[in-house]
Amino acid sequence: MVDTQYINQPFPPLTVDVEMGQLKFFAKAVGETNPIYFDEEAAQQAGHRSILAPPTYAVTLGCAVPDPFARARQLGMDVTKILHTNQRFEYFAPIYGSDQITLVATILDFYEKRRGQFLFMVEETVAHNQFGELTTRFKQTIVEHR
Amino acid sequence: MGAIMEAGLEDVDVERVEVGDELPVLTKPPITRTTLAYFCGASNDHNPIHVDSDFARAAGKDDVFAHGMLDMAYMGQLLTNWVLQSSIVSFEVKFAAIVYVGDEITCRGVVSEKIVTDTGFDLKIKLKAVDQHEVVKLTGEAVIRQALK
Repeated sequence: MVDTQYINQPFPPLTVDVEMGQLKFFAKAVGETNPIYFDEEAAQQAGHRSILAPPTYAVTLGCAVPDPFARARQLGMDVTKILHTNQRFEYFAPIYGSDQITLVATILDFYEKRRGQFLFMVEETVAHNQFGELTTRFKQTIVEHR
Repeated sequence: MGAIMEAGLEDVDVERVEVGDELPVLTKPPITRTTLAYFCGASNDHNPIHVDSDFARAAGKDDVFAHGMLDMAYMGQLLTNWVLQSSIVSFEVKFAAIVYVGDEITCRGVVSEKIVTDTGFDLKIKLKAVDQHEVVKLTGEAVIRQALK
C-alpha cells in the first residue's frame, strides 16, 4: 500500500528570486536566439518590463531548493529511478527577470500500477508573483520503476 | 493581439491560420554532454543521472540521458518562434521516450482545432518531437488564444 497521507496537503510556500544571470544561462543552454529571453534592452524594447522567462521556466524555479526531490523522497520514492512522464502548464501572467515568485506545491495523487511495479506521483504547483498575481499553474507526473 | 511585437518575431496572423496548417519546423543541434551539463546548471535540475556517466551506469542505465524539461524547452521554442508567448494559454507534453546523447530533436506542430470564441480564436496545436530516426520522443498539445483585432 502506498502512503497517501500527503495527498492534497499543500507544502509550505517557497519564494524564489528570478535571477537575471540564470535566465540568460537558461537561454544559452537551450540555444535560444530571440533576445527578449536574454537581453534586457531588447526585452524592454518589445514592451516587457525585463527579460521574459520562457514557457517552461516555472519548473526551474520550483527546483531552486537544496533538494528538488525532497517531496518524492518524503513519499518513499527512490529518486535515482524516477522519470518525468507528463508536464502541463497553464499561463495567466508572464514571469520576468528580477521578479519574486512564490510557489505552493500540492501532491494531487500518489498511486501504484502493475502490482507496485510502477509508482506514480502527480504534483501541482501554483506560482504567484510579487504583486500577488497568479502567473502559472503547472502539473507534473513522475514515475518510479521499481 | 497585443500592439507590441516581440523583437525579431514575425507574429503569425491567427485569423488566417486553418486546421491542418503546420508550424515552422524546429530542428535542434544533436544533444551533447555539454548540452546536458549546461542544462543541469541552467534548469536547477542537478540530478546526476543526466550528467555523470558513472552514476548513470551504477543506476542501471547505459549512459546519461537528457532532462525531459530540455525537450519540453525545445518544444516551447517551436511555439514562441511562431506566436507571442503571451498568447499561449496552456502547454502540455507526455515524455514518450528517453532522449540520448547524439539525438537530434525535431519539433513539429500542426493546428488540430480552431475554435471561435466571444473574443477571438483559440487554436489547438498537436505537438510531436522526434529524433533523427523519426522515433517519437515527446507528444503534446498547446492552446493559443488570440483576441480579434
